[in-house]
Amino acid sequence: MQISGAEILVRCLQEEGVEFLFGYPGGAVLEIYDAIFRQEKFKHVLVRHEQAAVHAADAYSRSSDKVGVALVTSGPGATNAVTGIATAYMDSIPMVVISGQVATPAIGLDAFQEVDMVGITRPCVKHNFLVKDVNDIADTIKKAFYIAKSGRPGPVVVDIPKDVTQQRAEFHYPESVHIRSYVPATRGHPGQIKKAINLLLEAKRPYIYVGGGAVQGNAAAEVTELVKSLGLPCTNTLMGLGAYPGSDPQFLGMLGMHGTYEANMAMQYCDVLIAVGARFDDRVISVPSHFLSQPKKIIHIDVDPSSISKRVKVDVPIVGDVKHVLREMLDILRQSGQKPDAQHLANWWKQIEEWRGHNSLLYTPSTELIKPQYVVEKLYEITGGKAIVASDVGQHQMWAAQYYKFDSPKQWLNSGGLGTMGFGLPAAMGAQLANPDATVACITGEGSIQMNIQELSTCKQYHTPVKIVALNNRYLGMVRQWQEFFYGTRYSESYMDALPDFVKVAEAYGHVGFKIENPSDVEPVLREAFGPALKERLVFLDFRTDQSENVFPMIQNGKGLDQMDLPPHMRDVQQVPFENNRDYGNMC
Amino acid sequence: MRHILSILLENEAGALSRVVGLFSARAYNIDSLTVSTTEDPTLSRMTIVTHGSDEVIEQITKQLNKLIEVVKVIDLNESEHIEREMMLIKVRATGKDREEMKRMADIFRGRIIDVTEKTYTIELTGTSDKLGAFIEAIDRAVILETVRTGASGIGRGERVLKI
Ligand SMILES: Cc1cc2nc3c(=O)[nH]c(=O)nc-3n(C[C@H](O)[C@H](O)[C@H](O)COP(=O)(O)OP(=O)(O)OC[C@H]3O[C@@H](n4cnc5c(N)ncnc54)[C@H](O)[C@@H]3O)c2cc1C
Ligand SMILES: Cc1ncc(C[n+]2csc(CCOP(=O)(O)OP(=O)(O)O)c2C)c(N)n1
Ligand SMILES: [Mg+2]
Repeated sequence: MQISGAEILVRCLQEEGVEFLFGYPGGAVLEIYDAIFRQEKFKHVLVRHEQAAVHAADAYSRSSDKVGVALVTSGPGATNAVTGIATAYMDSIPMVVISGQVATPAIGLDAFQEVDMVGITRPCVKHNFLVKDVNDIADTIKKAFYIAKSGRPGPVVVDIPKDVTQQRAEFHYPESVHIRSYVPATRGHPGQIKKAINLLLEAKRPYIYVGGGAVQGNAAAEVTELVKSLGLPCTNTLMGLGAYPGSDPQFLGMLGMHGTYEANMAMQYCDVLIAVGARFDDRVISVPSHFLSQPKKIIHIDVDPSSISKRVKVDVPIVGDVKHVLREMLDILRQSGQKPDAQHLANWWKQIEEWRGHNSLLYTPSTELIKPQYVVEKLYEITGGKAIVASDVGQHQMWAAQYYKFDSPKQWLNSGGLGTMGFGLPAAMGAQLANPDATVACITGEGSIQMNIQELSTCKQYHTPVKIVALNNRYLGMVRQWQEFFYGTRYSESYMDALPDFVKVAEAYGHVGFKIENPSDVEPVLREAFGPALKERLVFLDFRTDQSENVFPMIQNGKGLDQMDLPPHMRDVQQVPFENNRDYGNMC
Repeated sequence: MRHILSILLENEAGALSRVVGLFSARAYNIDSLTVSTTEDPTLSRMTIVTHGSDEVIEQITKQLNKLIEVVKVIDLNESEHIEREMMLIKVRATGKDREEMKRMADIFRGRIIDVTEKTYTIELTGTSDKLGAFIEAIDRAVILETVRTGASGIGRGERVLKI
């Protein structure tokens, strides 16, 4: 029996096990919306802005093992989706975005609501398709899901002209896909794996640096086993948080621009580094030449060869899926029973403990002003460290990363690569739908929340009782901090004036709101918001925090990992032993 | 250093712009680019001449391989290869220049493929260097128009680039 292209599309999504479709209708997708109306297998979530549909689909992927799907109309619907697509692309998140397109005969004629979606998104998708024939829809959707989730994951856009959704064809969903030009690696090269193990066993100061690839690749268990069996110190990137338990003593905290003192010093002064699904980002290692000025051997496991030796030349590249590669390493280690030299390792840990002893995340508590760090600490306590935390972008994001100890992967959702303000609320919504029983918090700023605040309405409609923890400093705080440090405190346009009354905003959308101004109220209000009475409600917590608080440590542009700006209590520590003693080899 | 990359890619709409887009988005150089279908109508073969440090060329190769429609990439510089480019050049050929142009075309093994009272159009094939040398060798003032295909390359001997 022949059915319409729109019906074929809907059937494809059903075959893929899609639960939620995040979208917004418009002329080019009316046929598809009609087909959605006539089915019951998946639920459509009507957002209030297409950007939010894409963030929600993205977070649905980030917080589960499934692939989020968004649907937008042509023209403005499609362009509104682009920020969300680029956000997922930069963080390698699997996602399928379906966009409507004007009818094929109209393409290229500057038709109403026509944009070249395939052209616009080409640089920020893993792949995209324009479907010109109704007979290609099923095949294309199958490929789109396969490409999105295999290898290095990423968003895939499928642009479908309106006439193609109206034409009719037989529906047949392919069982498997084969793309001759796309064969992602899985197993690592055995010879390279051996080399890596030997390097790790011979190391005096080994270190493991784990990134988003371990989260996406579901390799947290393998990472943990490797760290435990070799007694390694471990750090995570912002995207890797949760891949190794944040509350474990072998975890040194996040590294990078706002990483802990110990995590960054260990990165600089290790002698063998194993990078697992992490891409030596500029916010992590800063200046490559400074990073390499301390000699070290580097092992790099990544499924994408182009991530390897991109910014830093590595000694042992292993192209493969983290989970596979780590399993093979663990098998070999188990059989041989070998361990790194205990004495060297003990010396290394002694050094690390000395660094850690400075407690670089210590902040000055206050009884007058609410310290943002304190709010995150209390949130961690009150949620038992178990909440899914979605974040926006800014200082609050860094405090969330530093003070909430994520023990599980997929618990921490944030836009790292693109740094998209406005990600938080739609992301929290998508994560809540993917994990209906979980406690979901959105840590945000008064700047970021206003970039997608309209989604409070969507949250109401679909009963997603997320808890919004706004660290409201009345500043675009991250911008203000840079202006304080680098632009002589000239706070150009970083002050947020004429803020709305967020409690009233929340109430207007049918939610619950609290404004918290005293440190002593932080804990009781958090308890109430996360307590049983408000379990089913979205709660907006407007914490009026210390306006002048800065994020420490901080590595300034152009500085090295051991040249951090440290918090006030560490000003005399600086990175002294190493500035004058490059020959660190003698110290252990 | 100058490199010649040979690329096999799916003969699909949009594949070419993906390759070109990659070069501009990542600020890689394209000195020349040629593309056409092969004996297998589902495949196109592209030759890109580029230049950059070893690290940049390594990244270019990896990034090209990452494109879904790219089937294979080889850097012809890695082994012996043959490179050819074709140029059509229209020159003023009057008076004593007419004889001189004919002589130069012969020296460079070019062929005169179109003649008018005042002009010759010469077809010249060779390495890009050779075509450059011809342009250098003749008087700039007589050149009316040049059009070059950009280099195509193929491995020497029995090595082939196939799927
Ligand atoms: C305000 C702000 C401040 C920031 N400060 C910091 C900071 O202090 N520290 C920090 O770390 N980041 C920071 N970032 C984030 C930073 O910009 C990068 O997004 C982040 O560091 C990249 O993390 P990653 O290296 O884990 O790579 P990801 O972007 O997560 O990339 C994952 C890598 O793993 C690979 N991969 C994916 N799946 C697999 C698999 N199955 N098997 C093998 N490999 C796989 C991919 O190919 C890729 O190379 C900040 C961002 C913002 C917005
Ligand atoms: C869409 C977008 N625009 C601009 C920026 C630049 N930017 C990064 S952080 C920041 C300030 C964020 O302010 P707020 O949400 O209040 O968070 P705070 O830093 O105060 O915690 C800005 C403007 C961005 N990351 N994203
Ligand atoms: Mg703020």
